[in-house]
Amino acid sequence: MTTAAAAGRVRHLYVHLPFCAHRCGYCDFVTVVGRRGSHGSYVDALIGELGLERNLLAPDLETVFLGGGTPTFTDAQELERLLSALPAGREVTVEANPETVTAAVAKQLRSCGVNRVSLGAQSFQPELLRVLERRAGPDAVRSAFYYLRDASFENISVDLLYGIPGQSPSDLDRDLSEALALGPEHLSCYELEAKPGTRFTYRHGAELSRQADAMETYFERVVATLTASGYRWYETANFCLGPDRAGGRDLRARHNLGYWLGRDYLGIGLGAVSTIEGVRRRNTPRLQAYVTAVTAGAPPPRELELLDGHVRSRERLMLGLRLDDPLLLEGVASAIDRTALGRMERLGLVCQTGGSGGPALMLTRRGRMLGGAVTAELLA
Amino acid sequence: MPQDLIRNFSIVAHIDHGKSTLADRVLELTDTVSGREMREQVLDSMDLERERGITIKAQAVRVLWKGHQLNLIDTPGHVDFTYEVSRALQACEGALLLVDAAQGLEAQTLANAYLAIENELEIVPVVNKIDLPQADPDSAAADLAELIGGSPDDVLRISAKTGEGVEGILDAIVERIPAPVGDPEAPARALIFDSSYDQYRGVVAFVRVVDGSFGTRERLRTMALGTRFEAEELGFFSPTMSPTSRLEAGEVGYVITGLKDVSKLRVGDTLTAEAQPAAEPLPGYKDVKPMVFAGLFPTDSDDYPELRDALERLKLSDASLVYEPETSQALGFGFRCGFLGLLHMEIVRERLEREFDLDLLVTAPTVAYRVLTKAGEEVEVHNPAEMPNEIEQIEEPYIRASIIVPREYVGPVMELCNDRRGTFDHMEYLSEERVLLLYELPLAEVVIDFYDQLKSRTRGYASFDYDLAGFSEGALVRVDVLIGGEPVDALSLIAHRDGAYARGKQLVERLREEIPRQMFDVPIQAAIGSRVIARETIKAKRKDVLAKCYGGDITRKRKLLERQKAGKKRMKQVGAVEVPQEAFLAVLNLDGGKR
Repeated sequence: MTTAAAAGRVRHLYVHLPFCAHRCGYCDFVTVVGRRGSHGSYVDALIGELGLERNLLAPDLETVFLGGGTPTFTDAQELERLLSALPAGREVTVEANPETVTAAVAKQLRSCGVNRVSLGAQSFQPELLRVLERRAGPDAVRSAFYYLRDASFENISVDLLYGIPGQSPSDLDRDLSEALALGPEHLSCYELEAKPGTRFTYRHGAELSRQADAMETYFERVVATLTASGYRWYETANFCLGPDRAGGRDLRARHNLGYWLGRDYLGIGLGAVSTIEGVRRRNTPRLQAYVTAVTAGAPPPRELELLDGHVRSRERLMLGLRLDDPLLLEGVASAIDRTALGRMERLGLVCQTGGSGGPALMLTRRGRMLGGAVTAELLA
Repeated sequence: MPQDLIRNFSIVAHIDHGKSTLADRVLELTDTVSGREMREQVLDSMDLERERGITIKAQAVRVLWKGHQLNLIDTPGHVDFTYEVSRALQACEGALLLVDAAQGLEAQTLANAYLAIENELEIVPVVNKIDLPQADPDSAAADLAELIGGSPDDVLRISAKTGEGVEGILDAIVERIPAPVGDPEAPARALIFDSSYDQYRGVVAFVRVVDGSFGTRERLRTMALGTRFEAEELGFFSPTMSPTSRLEAGEVGYVITGLKDVSKLRVGDTLTAEAQPAAEPLPGYKDVKPMVFAGLFPTDSDDYPELRDALERLKLSDASLVYEPETSQALGFGFRCGFLGLLHMEIVRERLEREFDLDLLVTAPTVAYRVLTKAGEEVEVHNPAEMPNEIEQIEEPYIRASIIVPREYVGPVMELCNDRRGTFDHMEYLSEERVLLLYELPLAEVVIDFYDQLKSRTRGYASFDYDLAGFSEGALVRVDVLIGGEPVDALSLIAHRDGAYARGKQLVERLREEIPRQMFDVPIQAAIGSRVIARETIKAKRKDVLAKCYGGDITRKRKLLERQKAGKKRMKQVGAVEVPQEAFLAVLNLDGGKR
């Protein structure tokens, strides 16, 4: 699977904690509802898997990211046991749902070396939160944020969703200003995706396609509001405080930046994905199979995907164009349809730059609004 | 065989009125073929014919009955092949006019019956399917007698299915139909009433010898086209090929010509012997010209060579099919094909798809226009995109349509014909319930979904037939479509001036629905010359992004984009605009139920 040459090089670690109090209708992540009794054995398994893969990791990790599920729903003692078993990293992020963040949890996380929290607020409108089947109300979102601040977290990200069934433009504006009022270092704003097969799509799919036209401008609205408030639109769906407001810190999500820059990463846990030296592997999403295998000292069942050079270039193109930094042409040129590139340039969606690193590509502001279509067009 | 012992006849009948079943019974009854070895309905040999219940290529079968040689000449049953039908009828002295006892007369039967009467054939009226519970033989017999001007008592009543009354038909053929009266001593003349192509033996001519006789290995010549060949084999069908050394005056049979090109032998031409050629050809030869045209394009442009080969091979057995290469900026390389009519077009398309396994895109059918340019040049235009700009006058083909409907549908049918620029000619009650309507209609108005509309407005009860009535001047204009400012040749259409605005408007509205939104505004315009008559705008997309993309779903997101790209490749590029192929069919379906 992995070659000796890769040993000790991977600088990004993802850890999946699948447990949730309940499953929100729109969610299609690998989650496990309840099962408090399993948390301990799962954390054992995580630590076991980490032991198996440890040789892949660099001695000084750049980032560690605990995602879910709801990592903060995990039994507090078990979470602490896990955090102390994980290697240190310069950026250590934990995803949190507002209703699980108490003053104690915030302090615990901080004391265990976590220095960044991504808070799944989604909305501040009670009605919309109900549609999303979120348990936290707007007040819980705000108090969670302040608990984190009180625990001296200096890098907090807030997740917002837009395009929620029934959401009016003024609802969106209110959500944005409430989020801005908290002064987060980072914001992730996602358009709600009605993923096929989810309960949510079954219930709201028709309404979502009805309102699709009306909500077409929401993305522009989000970008306009946040950039006007001093945030940098550094990735399609991600914003961080600009340099002048960040006191010189680079507040981009360094872990996710690793993905977008095409770096290798190790993922451990249920359904976790790793990409190392051109091999992508996905752990089984079945809790029992995962725990059984790892407890017995074996790697969990995995799906493998070999990424040849061509596929890697395409992914570099796809991921790189999500960022506001120019994408160096070197290494991605073979993935680009030159005729399409010319067309996209004429339409003012793409521009070529010649910086110090060599010729590069950048999407224009409007090109970024159409980033998916432009990328599809550019793919050779 | 002496001519007085020969009878040549055909059967005129509507589809499904039992012509093939009757032919089978005749073969059985005359011991030409035993019931067991007989495939059901021997005469229809092509799969397609069997499925569609129509006979495309005529064949002739010889049977013996009470010392007489009877030649049954099968005629194609559809309007597109009127000329072929008329040649087949010319080879006969009589015809059975076969009508379903339950259905009564249909427009097509009527048209062919008139054709038989014009050819001075002796008509033997027959009512079939008298065994059916809903049969009304008396009323059908009365209609038939009325039509041909005889007594209902002379009308034979049979069931081809059970065999009841079929012997009576054979006797009536001998008694009522005259024997041929050619001159056995004169220089040889034979009418070519059909031909087919055999992969191994080349072109086979079906002939009716009128004067003199023909022998194997003789040098022969066609009088109109001047094609020369040696008769490799002579014979007749009974029902399989039976070689014979001579074909005599009055007889019907086949000639294997050894020719490799079916277009060298035209239906209606006269065959004569080189050694002692006839002075005059038989009357009635016509060069049949295709009247309906459409572009055929492979859905996958890589299939162009396959389409070309398939057309070449089809042409071997179908002399009436014409085609020439066509390049459309929107659809790529293909062929503009000419057909005798809509059914012919359907048959060709189905054969290409079925026998040659091709996926085709067929443009909206159009007709042959005769155009006089301002420069005084006369051109025939088969493709709206090629319509010249400076036009003095355009003539378009007209048809005489006969439509038979139950009387309660006369109103809707007249309304349809009026909508289609029809001119009312004549109306007649064939019986208390059934009405014959005659209209003159521009063929262009008929080629697009007229038949479907007729059927839907009469709940399937109308029967329809037409023949060509010549060309007339029309106030016609070319409507061009521009997508993103670029004219799209494949979407041009020719319309009557009064209907041009409505057609143009419909078309651009339809295209707005069919073309997905792009990354920029796309105007869609319909224009006559430089004058825009209708416009719609497809507004640019304002966002198109994958909401999130992290380590766990890179593969899935990449595949999404790759699929999106593959989808784009299937589209046709018009300037910068991506147009799905379906949009090009929008012209075809313009009228679909909306008119």
